[in-house]
Amino acid sequence: MQAFFQEAVIPHFNFWIYVVIMMIGLWSVIAKNNLVKKLIGLSIFQTAILLLYVSLGVKEDATIPVVESGVLAAYKETSATTDKKAAPAIHPDRYANPTPHVLMLTAIVVGVATLGVALALTQMIYKDFGTLEEDEVLQKIKALHEDV
Amino acid sequence: MIVTFDIIILVFLVLAAIIALSVKDLLAAAMVFGIYGFLICLLWAEMGAVDVAFTEATVGAGVSTVLIVATVLNTRRRSTD
Repeated sequence: MQAFFQEAVIPHFNFWIYVVIMMIGLWSVIAKNNLVKKLIGLSIFQTAILLLYVSLGVKEDATIPVVESGVLAAYKETSATTDKKAAPAIHPDRYANPTPHVLMLTAIVVGVATLGVALALTQMIYKDFGTLEEDEVLQKIKALHEDV
Repeated sequence: MIVTFDIIILVFLVLAAIIALSVKDLLAAAMVFGIYGFLICLLWAEMGAVDVAFTEATVGAGVSTVLIVATVLNTRRRSTD
């Protein structure tokens, strides 16, 4: 048990907390009765996945993926004057990997769009049934079918 | 990435998620969800993803909260759970 904690839990503690956040979201989608609560839980579930992917681009002792002007000038100087054997001044290890950032940027925007559509549907449900609680909506749908 | 900062924000993140899902007032839930969004934004700036942090602060924390508040004002504020 102690070895498991030292090898798997402590070095990757952030992944474990992401799983906890994801399970909180999943629990709310399944167990919560209010439709707005379900949608908040769905957004929390989504952010857990985004956190997992962005954390894959993190490096130790790395900074944001933006090249400073001094470093860029030095890079241009070395690449113009010396041959290809000279070591480049820009080291990829010094910058966080921006590829997952860009992918998750798209996912955030799409997530907000889907949240907006879901909230609009929730408003339509309230207009038709007069309630946001899932069990009451299901009861009313059942009564509607029994009448017919 | 600063580990202490990371742990503090992640603890607050879990707390904000639990509070947002357990309060009975939906407007309060929307506000705590906004706090959750800004904590995520801090976490992304801390991970080196500044572009994602900008987007989260405007779109994730701002627009989502406004959409939820608009829905709550158009429907009912109280929730049974």
